[in-house]
Amino acid sequence: MSEITGLYALWLREFKVFLREKSRIVSSLVQPLLWLVIFGTGLGSSIEGISGTSYTSFIYPGILAMTVLFGSLFFGLYIIFDRRVDFLKEVLVAPLSRTTIFFGKVMGGATDGIIEIAILMVLGALFFSIHFSILSAIATVLIILLLMVSILSVGLIIGSVMTSPEGFGLISSFVIFPLFFLSGALFPVQNLPSWLYLFVVINPVTYAVDALRTVILGIGSFGLPLDFAVMIGFALAMVAIGTQAFKRMKV
Amino acid sequence: MMHVIETKNLTKRFGKLTAVNRLSFKVNEGEIFGLLGPNGAGKTTTLSMLATLLPPSAGTASVGGFDVRKESSKVRHSIGFVFQDPSSDDLLSGRENLYLHALMYGVDMRNINEKMDDVLKLVDLTARQHERVRNYSGGMRRRLELARGLLHEPKILFLDEPTLGLDPQTRQHLWSYIKGLSKEKNVTIIITTHYMEEADMLCDRLAIIDHGRIVALDTPGNMKKKLGGDVIRLQVSRPNLAALKRLRYVKRVQRDNGVLVLTVTDASKHIQEILKAVGSVENVEMRAPTLNDVFLHYTGSEIRDQEGEGGFFERMVNSNR
Ligand SMILES: Nc1ncnc2c1ncn2[C@@H]1O[C@H](COP(=O)(O)OP(=O)(O)OP(=O)(O)O)[C@@H](O)[C@H]1O
Ligand SMILES: [Mg+2]
Repeated sequence: MSEITGLYALWLREFKVFLREKSRIVSSLVQPLLWLVIFGTGLGSSIEGISGTSYTSFIYPGILAMTVLFGSLFFGLYIIFDRRVDFLKEVLVAPLSRTTIFFGKVMGGATDGIIEIAILMVLGALFFSIHFSILSAIATVLIILLLMVSILSVGLIIGSVMTSPEGFGLISSFVIFPLFFLSGALFPVQNLPSWLYLFVVINPVTYAVDALRTVILGIGSFGLPLDFAVMIGFALAMVAIGTQAFKRMKV
Repeated sequence: MMHVIETKNLTKRFGKLTAVNRLSFKVNEGEIFGLLGPNGAGKTTTLSMLATLLPPSAGTASVGGFDVRKESSKVRHSIGFVFQDPSSDDLLSGRENLYLHALMYGVDMRNINEKMDDVLKLVDLTARQHERVRNYSGGMRRRLELARGLLHEPKILFLDEPTLGLDPQTRQHLWSYIKGLSKEKNVTIIITTHYMEEADMLCDRLAIIDHGRIVALDTPGNMKKKLGGDVIRLQVSRPNLAALKRLRYVKRVQRDNGVLVLTVTDASKHIQEILKAVGSVENVEMRAPTLNDVFLHYTGSEIRDQEGEGGFFERMVNSNR
């Protein structure tokens, strides 16, 4: 029972802080919009479009995935701030299991992330001629949630072992850029040279981008069953490692 | 009788540094037990091990009858901790911090509002409770965190320098509350502090720690008695230490920030001779020993004899025989 109220407390805290820090929401939206407007329009003006859609539409699902990547990985940084002031001790001395603390953080981060994605979906429909049906909107949120849980876990794992924000930044940039650029977010994965294709297919984020592109635009390469199988496997693995990392975490 | 807290050879090493070195002590139910010691003595490290925040490197400790290593979850169900450093979320209001604490620490939520009102009133933060902690002064934040530690009414309470930076009124106020917790509600309290009057006033027993070891453990009264004499503090620019050495009733000579501190049996009888012996004195103060003198005795620097094997202290003790 106390584990559930504890979970609620951890979630509530993240959510209140999120609502209070308006700059977090704004900054999380600026980057994807710049990509869509400048990169999408800029590169889109010199290529014809891919699989019958404009280049901006083509990268839109990829940009959603990118927003999750950057936002959710970055969320792990807050663990380091909690450690810098002793708020982390206040949480770790509480009679809660480390698993609960881990899931509290994941739920808090996922709530923030889903709100940001929802805003981007509305903006996509209004300004970037993306058409959502109720079904495709639900499917999009589901895919995003799976990806988000995985990436939040990765960020929390890094945050649980690092003690400085600089160290966190260094490690996460080594993680985030390959995951993003090798995901097919910005280019189609067919017709790639085989060495590059190899990196793309072993990147789990590729399958999230592919699934998003399938449900939003109707174009995809691997098929939804494979996409979901990889995403679920990835999420389960990261959650398992994350709960272990929290059990080992020192103050 | 069962001891609420018991440690045996509790040790913590950080690399080469032994921060806590084979600490063994027992705390009874309802007791206020003080840990005194200079900066870096190992007080916070000891409390962290008892609260399961740090695993011991060696030795054992039990809290509330549970082993801190094997039954850490049960230990955490019975304790409260007021940390030395700020530990509230400064983007949230004071009251929100309390509310989160109540949820996390399993407080009965049915009358949570009254409970929060009570502790806020206790630390005099009722008027500022809805403001963000970011806007609080250091002392206000300290008070909030104290209130938070009391909110879930733990049976065992760890207070790491709880009154640091508080004004005298608030401190007085809290002392009586802490005493009440121990005497009326039978809460066991371990407290660290650098304020000697506080330790003297509050603690039933205390341990003085230096370099991770217990150097003395007793009631404040006994500690003062054991010092064996009164204290004379002398401000002398060039003390005649050799002359002092010859006086049998001067039991101990120490230096505290350029002041000469003597422990003397029957000081009022001998003060004249001491003043004559020591040289031109600028200032003199004579009194019964305080806990401060006890602390200085165990952790301060003894004035050593320049030549010879033994220290001045040992010589003095010898000459007393
Ligand atoms: N995480 C750590 N890593 C390395 N050394 C540490 C760590 N925590 C504490 N120490 C060292 O252990 C020793 C004891 O520290 P501790 O914080 O327990 O002292 P303290 O008695 O609480 O001092 P203070 O009165 O200043 O609060 C110090 O030398 C400190 O530098
Ligand atoms: Mg300390």
